[in-house]
Amino acid sequence: MSFKLLSTKKHHLSHEITDKRVFENRRKIIKAAAGTVIASLIPAGVKAEIKKYADVPVGPYSASLASTDYEDVKNYTNYYEFTTNKTDSTVLARALKTSPWSVTVAGEAENTGVFNLEDILKSNPLEERVYRFRCVEAWSMVVPWIGFPLANMLKRFKPTSKAKYVEFTTLYNPDIMIGQRGNVLEWPYVEGLRIDEAMHPLSFMATGMYDDELPAQNGAPLRLVVPWKYGFKSIKAIVKIRFTQTMPATAWNKAGPDEYGFYSNVNPDVPHPRWSQSRERVLGASIFTPKRKTEIFNGYGAEVASLYAGMDLKKYF
Amino acid sequence: MSKNYWRLIKTSVFLFFLMPFVGLIFDAIYDQLGANPIETLHFTLGDWALRFLCLGLAITPVRKIFKQNWLSRFRRMIGLYAFFYASMHFLVFIVLDLSLSWEALLDEVPKSPYILMGLLTYLLLIPLAMTSTNAMQKRLGKKWLSLHKLVYVAGTTAVIHYLWLVKTIDGEPIFYASLMFILLSYRLFNYFKARWSLSA
Repeated sequence: MSFKLLSTKKHHLSHEITDKRVFENRRKIIKAAAGTVIASLIPAGVKAEIKKYADVPVGPYSASLASTDYEDVKNYTNYYEFTTNKTDSTVLARALKTSPWSVTVAGEAENTGVFNLEDILKSNPLEERVYRFRCVEAWSMVVPWIGFPLANMLKRFKPTSKAKYVEFTTLYNPDIMIGQRGNVLEWPYVEGLRIDEAMHPLSFMATGMYDDELPAQNGAPLRLVVPWKYGFKSIKAIVKIRFTQTMPATAWNKAGPDEYGFYSNVNPDVPHPRWSQSRERVLGASIFTPKRKTEIFNGYGAEVASLYAGMDLKKYF
Repeated sequence: MSKNYWRLIKTSVFLFFLMPFVGLIFDAIYDQLGANPIETLHFTLGDWALRFLCLGLAITPVRKIFKQNWLSRFRRMIGLYAFFYASMHFLVFIVLDLSLSWEALLDEVPKSPYILMGLLTYLLLIPLAMTSTNAMQKRLGKKWLSLHKLVYVAGTTAVIHYLWLVKTIDGEPIFYASLMFILLSYRLFNYFKARWSLSA
């Protein structure tokens, strides 16, 4: 709602680079102003439900980019647990009950067990991160996520020196996640990161976006966001985190080992075997706007390139 | 039946088959193409091109099996509609997806076998559309029938184009591939049946 005042579809979007602080301040000011206007229009009982995370501060590493229109981000999701249709997922995912929610922590760590999401949230202060999001299908958007650094959470589980990788698993519930009744992928969905990737300050756990709770189709109540990797690495509706000694077998890698590598870092120089990755369609831009040239590590090279020093990125794609 | 009657029916069918295109124009005007408008235009037009290709190839089997000869009156229109939607699909690709950029074209097309398969399909349809008039049919005589057998190849490359494009093979591409397989098997079956009865 108030967001619309700032970032109106197809006008404000694309790569309008503004000085970050100016931009963020403006964002917050307009937000506050709009909040007041809206607040005066709605009954008191409803107020609390709107903009749950409006006061969450902007964290580091936020791109100085205008966010993609909220409606576009909400209604264009790949959530194969429900459907392969990016729009139908909005309606189908409504059936998912995201509270109460618990996360099982297992493997090479001292502090394992079942944790309530509420408790996890209590010990991890929230912040906002505006990140680019680049899908392996060659489209991209900019999303203001609300959440906390993944490392903050993982450190509390005290991974041991044997923990070389972190494996994440999505909820398996074919009664509700009707896409799981078919076999487009092997269920449940599994993703993974090398421990140093997981502990990198850019790796983020999102519980919200656009100052509000995460919509179900965007991965509620808890999803990973790894902005320098293709979107499918950013696993949704996480129920299990396991620290492992060996590289986790991830869902897309199992489905197409030649097409989707474990690393799946955004890289314009390594095409998908069936299509180019050198350009991306920026959602929300005018239909006459040419595609944007994709950047190595999705533009986060300065932060993450050192993680892969000496590695052949064509081999470890 | 009278000539006027058929003219009315044909005009109605013509307008009916134009509806998906009109729908897209309206969606574009009213900003209803979703988060990725170019993709919506591109995919919807491609879907319709494939649907008309299947429909055109279904005319002969349905006409013969159910003895409905009047169906062949619509075959040319359906074929030309397949070409029309394929042309719009191609135009969206060149003008909107690639933004008329040679650089983008030369970079993306060679890396994408599914695009090459789509381009091949479109190339195959061009001579068929160009020779669709009565005059051309007369001029080519027996060669016309042989030439128009190219549509069997185009049908095959069209479904391969679709199958190679998707990340996971499910629902729709499987549906069209199966349908095309049945429609083309009918021809293959008839071909071998004819050969067998000749040699027997």
